[in-house]
Amino acid sequence: MSQPTIKQVLLDPVFNNNPIGLQMLGICSALAVTSNLNTALVMSIALTLVCGFSNLFISLIRSQIPSSIRMIVQMVIIASLVILVDQVLKAYAYSLSKQLSVFVGLIITNCIVMGRAEAFAMQNPPVLSFFDGIGNGLGYSIMLIGLGIVRELFGAGKLMGYTVFQSINDGGWYLPNGMLLLPPSAFFLIGLFIWAIRVWKKEQVEAPDFRMAPQVSKQEAY
Amino acid sequence: MSSQKESTARTLVVALMVCLVCSIFVAGAAVALRPTQIENAQLDKQRNILAIAGLGSPSMSGAEVKALFGDRIIARLVDLDSGRFSDEFDAQTFDPLAAAKDPALSKNLTGGEDVASINRRENYTVVYVVEGADQQMETLILPVRGYGLWSTLHGFLALQGDLNTVQGFGFYQHAETPGLGGEVDNPNWRGLWPGKEVFNDDGQLAIRVIKGNVDAASPNADHQVDGLAGATLTANGVNNLLNYWLGENGFGSFIDNLRAGEA
Repeated sequence: MSQPTIKQVLLDPVFNNNPIGLQMLGICSALAVTSNLNTALVMSIALTLVCGFSNLFISLIRSQIPSSIRMIVQMVIIASLVILVDQVLKAYAYSLSKQLSVFVGLIITNCIVMGRAEAFAMQNPPVLSFFDGIGNGLGYSIMLIGLGIVRELFGAGKLMGYTVFQSINDGGWYLPNGMLLLPPSAFFLIGLFIWAIRVWKKEQVEAPDFRMAPQVSKQEAY
Repeated sequence: MSSQKESTARTLVVALMVCLVCSIFVAGAAVALRPTQIENAQLDKQRNILAIAGLGSPSMSGAEVKALFGDRIIARLVDLDSGRFSDEFDAQTFDPLAAAKDPALSKNLTGGEDVASINRRENYTVVYVVEGADQQMETLILPVRGYGLWSTLHGFLALQGDLNTVQGFGFYQHAETPGLGGEVDNPNWRGLWPGKEVFNDDGQLAIRVIKGNVDAASPNADHQVDGLAGATLTANGVNNLLNYWLGENGFGSFIDNLRAGEA
């Protein structure tokens, strides 16, 4: 396998190998923080940075890490970065950090970060790993931002807190779809996004694990 | 190479080094950012106090919040046992929540007393006063807290000068379920509180959150607030904390003294 280029590792995860859309990682936080665009944006930025830098640092010391403790070393580095992000948010975006509450801390357990550290940064040079992390963060971000736009626009009639559709409660015409503000709606939306990506990029459609046999007659069944 | 990398000593050294470097970064960030964080938390509290007192607008900048707060709001220390203003500590810097954890500055609440499930109550607390043109008390802002369903709700209750009509009520910190108990932050629900009366004609504490909607024809309508659908336990918590803080173990005697002009 030839060495991938920076452009490849940066852009591939956005559509061709989207962490949420194809790898099915990081779904949990995608449900939790996308009820409005603001929190989705902040979460995207936070995760992209953590993913990029954790890949960078892990790749820098990858030849020093004994394989028996590699997971825990990765966790220590990721956790430190997450605490850093959390502290910075508390200092410079207090109200947003209050809204995101535990979810910033939960970036630690986000499978994308750990997954990229283990699958890519342990085998590749630092710069490439850094861009791989950023690329995967971007793939996650684009999904989150898409979800955030749909959910806030149709769930509350707003975008970034600014009213787009005047809702009935405020004397307008739009009846907000309250379900979109609840986490399960993100599940349906992620499903629809995945469908859309796979219609566009057919090669992502997985081969079925099994084919259903033709109908057997009743007699054979007994 | 690989056998050397996997040796026990090597493993220990790598683990130690990683931990050391990471802890230096984390500790450094925590220390360096602490002043900004404290300032932010204070600003957030001041913004909440102003909003609950009905002063200013939610879109004020940080500097405007500080200026307006410094201009209109006076922090005063209250001795909860005697129910009088006190000069024992500096009201600007006194932290009632820290005092509630200090055995010398707080008292333990036992079973029946502890309506709001707060375990310990500080002996001194800080209230905020808005004064009108002639030094008359226009608004009295009382800190309240109590346990809801998952978390302690921290908030303020603002009473008008008659010490009976609610000027505003809201929480600045809690961790109730978003969409259910978390609806205590909903501006529509907070908007139901102003104008309600805390005490009934006999001077008894009467304000409560009820289940369902308030019947406007009911004689108690002035003391009742619509419940929150799906948030019975949080609403119970709100009732409990109001009962506690406006009762005799909370600000009850302070309010009586204020009425009599003896605080």
